[in-house]
Amino acid sequence: MTTESTPYSGEQTHGAPLPAGGPNPPKAPDPAIEGAPAGESLAKDAWRRLSQNRAAMLSLGLLIAIIVVCIVGPWLLPWGLAEVDWNAFGTGPTLENAHYLGTDANGRDLLTRVLYGGRVSLSVALVASFVSLVIGVLYGAISGYLGGRVDNYMMRFVDIMYSLPFMFLVILLMVVFGRNIFLIYAAIGAVEWLDMARIVRGQTLALKRREFIEAAHALGVRDTKIVTRHLIPNAIGPVIIYVTLTVPKVILLESFLSFLGLGVQEPLTSWGVLISEGVDMMESAPWMLLVPSIFLALTLFCLNFLGDGLRDALDPRTR
Amino acid sequence: MAAIGGRGTHYTMTSKHHKMISPRTLAALGSLTLGALAGPAQAFSVDIANGAEPGSLDPQKTNGVWETRITRALFERLVSYAADGSLEPGLAESWEISDDGKTYTFHLRDAEWSDGEPITADDAVFALRRVLEPTIANQNANLYYPIVNARAINTGEKDGSALGVEAVDTHTLRIHLTQPTAWFLQALAMTEASPLPEHVLAKAGDGWVEPGNTVSSGAFTLSQWQPQSQIVVTSNSRYYDADEVAVDKVVFYPIDDANAALNRFRTGEMDIAYSSVPASRFDWARENLGEALRVGPLTAEYFYMFNLHDGQPLADKRVREALNLAVRRDVITDQILGQGQTPSFWYVPRNTANTPQGEFDFANLSMDERMKRATALMREAGYSPAHPLHLRLNYNTLEDHKKIAVAVAAMWKPLGVEVELINAEAAVHYATIREGNFEVARYGMVATINDPFDFLNAYADNGSASQSSGYHDAEYDALVAASTAELDPQKRRQLMTRAQQRLLDDYALLPLYDYVSVHLVSPRIQGWESNPMDVHPLRYLQESEQ
Amino acid sequence: MLIYTLKRLLQAIPTLLIVITISFFLMRVAPGGPFDGERQLPPEIEANLMAAYHLDEPLPMQYLRYMGNLLQGDFGPSFKYKDFSVTELIMQGFPVSLEIGGLAILLALLVGLPLGIAAAIKRNSTVDYVVMGTALTGIAVPNFVLAPIFALVFGVLLGWLPAGGWNGGALPNLVLPVVALSIQQIAYIARMMRASMIEVLGSHFIRTARAKGLNEGEVIWRHAIRPALLPVMSYLGPAIAGIITGSVVIEQIFGIPGIGRYFVQGALNRDYTLVMGTVVFYGVLIVLMNLIVDLLYSALDPQIRYDD
Repeated sequence: MTTESTPYSGEQTHGAPLPAGGPNPPKAPDPAIEGAPAGESLAKDAWRRLSQNRAAMLSLGLLIAIIVVCIVGPWLLPWGLAEVDWNAFGTGPTLENAHYLGTDANGRDLLTRVLYGGRVSLSVALVASFVSLVIGVLYGAISGYLGGRVDNYMMRFVDIMYSLPFMFLVILLMVVFGRNIFLIYAAIGAVEWLDMARIVRGQTLALKRREFIEAAHALGVRDTKIVTRHLIPNAIGPVIIYVTLTVPKVILLESFLSFLGLGVQEPLTSWGVLISEGVDMMESAPWMLLVPSIFLALTLFCLNFLGDGLRDALDPRTR
Repeated sequence: MAAIGGRGTHYTMTSKHHKMISPRTLAALGSLTLGALAGPAQAFSVDIANGAEPGSLDPQKTNGVWETRITRALFERLVSYAADGSLEPGLAESWEISDDGKTYTFHLRDAEWSDGEPITADDAVFALRRVLEPTIANQNANLYYPIVNARAINTGEKDGSALGVEAVDTHTLRIHLTQPTAWFLQALAMTEASPLPEHVLAKAGDGWVEPGNTVSSGAFTLSQWQPQSQIVVTSNSRYYDADEVAVDKVVFYPIDDANAALNRFRTGEMDIAYSSVPASRFDWARENLGEALRVGPLTAEYFYMFNLHDGQPLADKRVREALNLAVRRDVITDQILGQGQTPSFWYVPRNTANTPQGEFDFANLSMDERMKRATALMREAGYSPAHPLHLRLNYNTLEDHKKIAVAVAAMWKPLGVEVELINAEAAVHYATIREGNFEVARYGMVATINDPFDFLNAYADNGSASQSSGYHDAEYDALVAASTAELDPQKRRQLMTRAQQRLLDDYALLPLYDYVSVHLVSPRIQGWESNPMDVHPLRYLQESEQ
Repeated sequence: MLIYTLKRLLQAIPTLLIVITISFFLMRVAPGGPFDGERQLPPEIEANLMAAYHLDEPLPMQYLRYMGNLLQGDFGPSFKYKDFSVTELIMQGFPVSLEIGGLAILLALLVGLPLGIAAAIKRNSTVDYVVMGTALTGIAVPNFVLAPIFALVFGVLLGWLPAGGWNGGALPNLVLPVVALSIQQIAYIARMMRASMIEVLGSHFIRTARAKGLNEGEVIWRHAIRPALLPVMSYLGPAIAGIITGSVVIEQIFGIPGIGRYFVQGALNRDYTLVMGTVVFYGVLIVLMNLIVDLLYSALDPQIRYDD
């Protein structure tokens, strides 16, 4: 079988009956891929293609750098997260007293806070996106695949979730469990999966009438296998695009919540919080807006380029 | 959709007023064309960025400053505010107070509602009965409790007709109090006590404040009300002092975002922008807006309430004292806020009328001495950086509250206090306080009347702060009660000073600063004065000649 | 199709019922009440307020009362805006939100779709990089940064457009809020369209079409765009709902009298009736939007049949 043959016919011949993947496919960037029919070879293939994409690799490097700096940086800097420099309230970037990127209106070192904020923003993004990915993909694929009455009920449930204002969920969670940041992650993730589910369902609806699925059916393959081995992998392109859209959305959503006073509590901070604080000061102390914005924007740029690269690498059809 | 309002306005006018060429008729007609930005060019129109959408324009269902700014323009009281916030005759030309301080007799002037009906003593009686009706649920009704039977009426035990208020004749009103009350006239200057047009309420019911239904007694009448968009009032030709009112039209915009209000003031769209300079923009505003920036005193206190209930860490007086000692109030007022707030070592704001004297005993100590004493007290209480005291500090969501809380937490840290900051929206924050479910909580107390009563009463028996914080002191209660009934200003002040000192000696709370008001007023506007009550009657505004 | 539509509308009734019930009880479980504010009320007065709004009744009783009123189309009085009923407030705010939101989504489609298509066709060219770079910036900058910058730059410093205000919906007042609201959606739509377009262009039926000798313009216009629109369509339902709630920030910053801010303000103030009103209203709106999107979806993709 050559790579030039259409992906559909390829899957059809060897996809279903073979056991998925070898032991630990190297560098599988996404849990959904694990069930991919071509297993090891596909993952290897994808990595090879990804490593040829310079923008994506540069982004990956930068992203790793940002993550490392956020994790390690605060230990190297002389100032603490909540430590106040009583001699420097809202000063601009300076080498004096090691306020390399200035201080905030409370006299706290901005670089230190941006790095701590990065930890929060990135962890929110990771946890929430992962939650939304897992729930959304499974839910959407099952709903779309089973179709009919089940699909109808499952999608009505999504409608209900949509029609439920998100803020109530968060408020309720905070009432019942107190202000636990991890529950906020989960809450965002539990809301974001809705979009994912709809998109995957849409893809599945379109895919399931294609020949290779019907063929698998005819061969007596179980439904669960068809969903996890055929439908999900084939919906992977839009899903990855959507994940790269979800991560920044989650970061923004977190900041919107913080903006409303429902997010992280002081002295913790996040890029979103820092940005919304900076907006008020943009005319008089622009660095307070610029510094966290640059970190945020850079992260989002990288995530997007990486997402594009991943898609190109993962989906043979787009080559 | 032109001309929703205007039916309440009257265009017959005899004015030949001031230097304005245009008769008021034209100005009023101008207000009818809704989309039009202004009436005839010469009309004096004032655009105000007013903080928020009013919850109501019924003067007895409002209590926010952004609401009373409008209702005061529409409804005149028996006793009114001058431009400097002091009391002056309103609908009552004069009044007498009996020697025992328990009977007030008001003589009403000849005045009309904007529909031409006379304003009578019966309208005043009607209003005072209504404000106490349980179903009106007025939030300041307790300020009228000194009137005979008022409390019983408000709690539903007695009928409104039992109220100790009588219309002797159409122009004479008499009010009977159960005990002399030093600040009672102040309560009558509040919008709650505005005489109300009984004839309109009887006809229009709950919708009586809507444009088209409502009539007014104040210098302005309501022409248009678009929720969340704008409220337009135009001058009332039947106002008793209409000839002296220069402003033809005022538009109130409910702009709750301070930066948005600031922007629209800078573009010249707004003539007055209330509370539109947050601390973060203050330095910038001082450099760039010049004389438009108006900073004035305010009878309001920013403090941290302590929870003194048994079993709470702050039930220990030594800890309360140490926390008070360690807070550098000047850093908060100068470095963090920088708007001219006064660092406070007392409870009742210093610019309140009849304010009590006295302050914390440490007010004049150096910071080093204070910290030494604080550290010693904490050690005595069993806390040190090695054995920290974990404290929760609640504040409601606002950038400035956050900054202050962060700074205070940092100031306490050397004492061995680990603070958990808890930020919540106002509804949750105040519910938390009410339920006593806090350790330290940010509180802002704003006087409704220019008198220490509101402040002192809060910590007295049954007062809101007393209930939340668990502060109980029989002698304090007795002093506050005695001061309320005392009519001699000197003696009263002494009583209040003694009361406040008990509170301070107990370190029952942590005062931070006396508020200031920060507003923007275009140089085009004259007659706008800063004052501790933060009242700025529109009827006194003049257009400056340039 | 008609029967399907009617069925969906019927199914919306239990959906809404659940939405109303859940939000009713969620709202009441949340800490704080509508009368908790800076001024703490003496107990007598608080009791008066609670009684005046029937808040002293047991919760199930309040629920039944609310549902009963709702059936008669009565959303009740607002706790915070006492001179208006919730219905009046929504009826005044909704056309404004609709205008802003509708224009924003329209702008997003008009700009986002062509950009996405162009980027897909000219893949890896300068056009592609410029479009995607701009789109990324659109995604990377939050609303609440963009809107104040717009107001400051175009409103205050340059003075080209009003810095805020509604002014009856005059065109100059619309420009900044609509653009600020749509930029993020433009970015999302352009990216989605590009991705799905690339996918479609690589699929075998396009290859077949090309093989048949159709010229590239015809292939794209007649065969590629329609299937490529599908994921974008999927996204449109949530996008519309999102733009309405997302306008909270925009309405706040530009001082626009829409219902977006009622929603958040009402929730923060515990204005139960106003929140419930907006919830019901949004519920209906979203159900309708999803139905429309599904119908559009099936119209675009003949492979999907609604047979149940």
